[in-house]
Amino acid sequence: MSQIFDRRRMTLAAVLGALLASTMAGYAADDTIKVGVLHSLSGTMAISETTLKDTVLYLIDEQNKKGGVLGKKLEAVVVDPASNWPLFAEKARELISQDKVSVVFGCWTSVSRKSVLPVFKELNSILFYPVQYEGEESERNVFYTGAAPNQQAIPAVDYLMKEEGVQRWVLAGTDYVYPRTTNKILEAYLKAKGVAADDIMINYTPFGHSDWQSIVADIKKFGSAGKKTAVVSTINGDANVPFYKELASQGIKAEDIPVVAFSVGEEELAGIDTKPLVGHLAAWNYFESIDSEANAAFIDGWHKFIKNDKRTTNDPMEATYIGFNAWVKAVEAAGTTNTDTVIDTLVGTTVPNLSGGYATIMPNHHITKPVLIGEIQDNGQFDIVSKTAPVVGDEWSDYLEGSKDLISDWRKPLSCGNFNVVTGKCGGNS
Amino acid sequence: MIISFLVDSLDRRGRIVVILLVVLALLVPAGNLLVPEGSAFHVSTYQLTLCGKYLTYALLALSVDLVWGYCGILSLGHGAFFALGGYAMGMYLMRQIGARGVYADPMLPDFMVFLNWKELPWFWQGFDMAWYAFLMVVLVPGVIALLFGWLSFRSRVTGVYLSIITQALTYALLLAFFRNDMGFGGNNGLTDFKDILGFPIQAPGTRAALFAASALMLALGFVVASAVVRSKLGKVLVAIRDAESRTRFIGYRVEHYKLFVWTLSAVMAGVAGALYVPQVGIINPSEFDPSASIEAVIWVAVGGRGTLIGPLIGAVAVNFGKTWFTGVLPEIWLYALGALFVVVTLFLPRGIVGLWDRVVSRRAKPAPDVDGSGRQAGEAA
Amino acid sequence: MSFFRLFTILFALIVSFQPALASRIADTDLSSRIVALGAGGFDDLEKAIANLAASGDDRVPAVLDRLGNGELVVRKADGAVFFADKAGTDFRLTDPVTGSDAGLAPKATVEKVKVNNRIRRTIASAVGALTLISPDPAVRRAAAEAVMKSADAAAIPVLNQAIATETVADIRAMMMAARATALLASSASEADKVAAIAAIADLGSRDALGFLSGYTSTEGAVGDAARKAVAAIESRLMLWDIGQNLWYGLSLGSVLLLAAIGLAITFGVMGVINMAHGEMVMLGAYATFTVQEVIRTSWPGLFDYSLLIALPVAFLTAALAGILIERLVIRWLYGRPLETLLATWGVSLILQQTVRSIYGANNREVGNPSWMSGSFSVGDIQITWTRLWIILFAVAVFLALIAVLKRTRLGLEMRAVTQNRQMAAAVGIRTPLVDALTFGLGSGIAGLAGVALSQIDNVSPNLGRGYIIDSFMVVVFGGVGNLWGTLVGALTLGVANKVLEPYAGAVLGKIILLVAIILFIQKRPRGLFALKGRAVEA
Repeated sequence: MSQIFDRRRMTLAAVLGALLASTMAGYAADDTIKVGVLHSLSGTMAISETTLKDTVLYLIDEQNKKGGVLGKKLEAVVVDPASNWPLFAEKARELISQDKVSVVFGCWTSVSRKSVLPVFKELNSILFYPVQYEGEESERNVFYTGAAPNQQAIPAVDYLMKEEGVQRWVLAGTDYVYPRTTNKILEAYLKAKGVAADDIMINYTPFGHSDWQSIVADIKKFGSAGKKTAVVSTINGDANVPFYKELASQGIKAEDIPVVAFSVGEEELAGIDTKPLVGHLAAWNYFESIDSEANAAFIDGWHKFIKNDKRTTNDPMEATYIGFNAWVKAVEAAGTTNTDTVIDTLVGTTVPNLSGGYATIMPNHHITKPVLIGEIQDNGQFDIVSKTAPVVGDEWSDYLEGSKDLISDWRKPLSCGNFNVVTGKCGGNS
Repeated sequence: MIISFLVDSLDRRGRIVVILLVVLALLVPAGNLLVPEGSAFHVSTYQLTLCGKYLTYALLALSVDLVWGYCGILSLGHGAFFALGGYAMGMYLMRQIGARGVYADPMLPDFMVFLNWKELPWFWQGFDMAWYAFLMVVLVPGVIALLFGWLSFRSRVTGVYLSIITQALTYALLLAFFRNDMGFGGNNGLTDFKDILGFPIQAPGTRAALFAASALMLALGFVVASAVVRSKLGKVLVAIRDAESRTRFIGYRVEHYKLFVWTLSAVMAGVAGALYVPQVGIINPSEFDPSASIEAVIWVAVGGRGTLIGPLIGAVAVNFGKTWFTGVLPEIWLYALGALFVVVTLFLPRGIVGLWDRVVSRRAKPAPDVDGSGRQAGEAA
Repeated sequence: MSFFRLFTILFALIVSFQPALASRIADTDLSSRIVALGAGGFDDLEKAIANLAASGDDRVPAVLDRLGNGELVVRKADGAVFFADKAGTDFRLTDPVTGSDAGLAPKATVEKVKVNNRIRRTIASAVGALTLISPDPAVRRAAAEAVMKSADAAAIPVLNQAIATETVADIRAMMMAARATALLASSASEADKVAAIAAIADLGSRDALGFLSGYTSTEGAVGDAARKAVAAIESRLMLWDIGQNLWYGLSLGSVLLLAAIGLAITFGVMGVINMAHGEMVMLGAYATFTVQEVIRTSWPGLFDYSLLIALPVAFLTAALAGILIERLVIRWLYGRPLETLLATWGVSLILQQTVRSIYGANNREVGNPSWMSGSFSVGDIQITWTRLWIILFAVAVFLALIAVLKRTRLGLEMRAVTQNRQMAAAVGIRTPLVDALTFGLGSGIAGLAGVALSQIDNVSPNLGRGYIIDSFMVVVFGGVGNLWGTLVGALTLGVANKVLEPYAGAVLGKIILLVAIILFIQKRPRGLFALKGRAVEA
């Protein structure tokens, strides 16, 4: 049976053959460091995740041109979990135990991350997770290079309060854990800022919701109560296109009711005519339109690698970039790919980000990021209207009942992801 | 008594399957636990859980075949029963975490804590007890199937109509379980299990035991299915499949037969789901996706419907292909799966087993027609 | 925004406006005010706009317009501000004061003056106040709307002046309402304010409701009047809301009808369960995308007609695909509906993956032609042009299909084959050809649905998946083999969905509907309008 499953060489030859054939040729398996790539290449999430797979391959290619890591070339092992959550766990196990990779870059949805967590803990490996998420998690084996809610949602709300004088809020989201948690946090935050319960409307829709007529009309109605109103959208994926189309056709302009989105980036806008949407906002830690040398070089290299100079870049790509470079730097510093050593070395590692600053990995395994607010332009890009100083990712939100007393610090001697400062105990993780 | 009755019901081929499954239940865990790594006979944990998953899929396929191959009811919603069984098991495993969740809440699962739930909903009560949870694994899919079947068979919803409303059933459940307000963890589902029956779920011994349980449960399911189809009841089922109205006119209460086999099949699917969850470590609403149920149907079709071995072969073969393709040529997988659907329905109406029989019977005598593709389909049109 | 600041602008404006409309200030003065636009952050920019508008110069609206469009740049070298037009990768600069050409500048040497929503609003109200007396009625209307939104007391004198000279009745009414909103924000006497409330309440619209709701918590007579007016408008709007929900239901129903009607042919008439039906819709949508791409690159002037051109293309693409599927796969499976289900499911996977390989997994942009953009109101029911056209289109397709079935030779043969294949063959109908054409027709109609759906939904490889289950529900609910049943089924489900949505929410509403259909099928196993007679039993 083991012979049947031993097909690593074939995987590599097929997926990476064209790509790395020349560089790999002279190396036997022992002379390379293996890097796992765990992104869906088929199914519903392929639309977002394929780009990240290509990003990792691009970064590996660049690193190998610079001579690899620790004198060895990097070798990508790509698998396809096919947007199937149990399959994520299975493929993670395959990468770690069969292919013996040193690190894995992967996952997009929260559920895929939750699915692979037990595997990474059991087999003690490292996962870099590059997407903005709901927080409420800090695991020793995971590094979260996307935004926590305080690195995206709260600054966006602050901006709307200050710049637009918004007093009434619609929190619209897809019914899954990221919007639920983000909206819970925002609700508590807004109430703490003195917004009345009547001035907050919360609405949830299913995945891929396509008929937005009633909801957009409700938003319009809610917005005609004499107070400046804004929509905070955590609507996910495919549902955004019909949502924005309906906004445009019902004539809701950004000057009247601005919509700030946390899941709409350059890739999503590529599928919409943005002319009627000019002025609606998005909050991210990176925009393709950032004017910095690092960004220009990254975009240029990306276009050459992917052989298409129309391909956009987006926030999760920057998060992958930061995670990858941090891992390379930590491995170089530690002189080994040993999981425990690298995890310890990673904390405190600082690498440049693409917006002209630096990202540092904090003891809670989240990173520092500046928060950028962008307005949609008619060319599908964002015009950056606000940029904050770097913010530290807050894994356990201060605005949620259950988590306000928790902190995370993976440095010794605490070494705990959910330490309760009131009871003085590390939560029951066995 | 019962055992000897059940074993007697097996034909030669059936005995081989059961013996093979029992041997598998012993050898594979032994290969994982006892044979040292590096030996040619070592079975890695990865392979062990993978094979365990295939076995639960095989049990699901067997349950689909029981209603489709032997009674002509094409269910496009069997994934729903599989997932319901899985959720019952998942709820038990969630309760077993106890205070070891990240928020250290002794009662509430983590997802309830951060969504500010204050107390455990009523339908989560009792799932901390294994016997209750295991009872629910059987009861929940069973009762829903009974209710659904009683309504549908009584009002003589048949053929295509039945297929489409089974699809509506699983779709409605999919939407329902996605809702966070339902209290089943929404899209993230149930995950991060710690232990089962007091044993840590990630320990090699537990994994091996779960594998063995899956193999033995599949063997049991096989024996039961075989007893059903080879009894007089089974003959009536085939009669219903081939000519429902005629069977009714002869005087059989068609609804009762259908309801029995439908409910039995749902229970088997539920048990398969319950064994699936601890091995893959997560249950989430996507198991309710109508396309998952349709995929289960194709396993049966590939293996050969109307035979009991067919679904086993089909489930393992298709899923092995999936594992292999999604590793080697991810882009090709959907083409391959799509082509499989087309090719099997067009050229292999009796699947791999049918093909095998034909090859064998070329040398011996022609096989009797056990494929009911003609008549029951005509009735539905 | 700062009322004080606007007040100063408008005050200055009125003073400078009085003598002549085409007033100008010295070029150097204007230039220095324009340069100030490029100096600082949003707060400074707002002041600079106020200062610029206060000049009253007739060149100002153009400058502000270009600022709002993001076409104003600062030259990094000396801080001078120019109009910028894209010329390849460079910008062609124009002096805003003199209008003279200032040469080409590489992208890196200039910086765009950034604007956000707040600045755009400031610009709109500044331009509005400046253009209330424009000779162009369209400009005046826009100006009145902008001033109304800003509800600024300082605008009252300008409004008075504009109202006095306004001749077009509805623009005048809008100006009156604008003055009333401005009056409410001012320190006018209570009696004036109550009168203003009455004036706004007369509009009775949702906008009016919005303005008035802001004053319901005020003490005294103003608050009373506002509360009363709000209550009156709300009770009136409630009736309209019911109408609005029905409209939404109708529009959702028309989408369902379009998606399901092709299925009603292949499933209902031919007895083939075509799981690849959704993919036919998707092919239609991608055909629309392709047509638009070709038009965009080759004949941009034809863009408004792109959907009309896409209609036959989408129909033929999907119809050809359908005929191909029928000839290659389905014709071997007649009389075995459950097998067609599996085989066409396989076909749908292959089609999805093919499209994904050709066009990529990402969503594709299909634009709205101008005649499908925007909305209008009937009473207080807001009707978007997209939805209206889709409803009309669905009706047209439905009627055309009925006509084909009832009035053409092909339709006659189709019905004959459906009812009794052997007999039809015996009287000389070439049944295989009719089968292929029927399937092609059903698929082609799905392709037409794709053209319509591309206007409101994602154009992605998953487009069809989202509609397949709903379409089957419609056909089964309406009764297989009956096009009128499909029509009634689609509209019923659409309206029921939209009536449930406000109470149960989008998800629960859908679940309730699914359960209702399951139960309904128990009651009437063959749908709303069941076919009777021998054909059913065959």
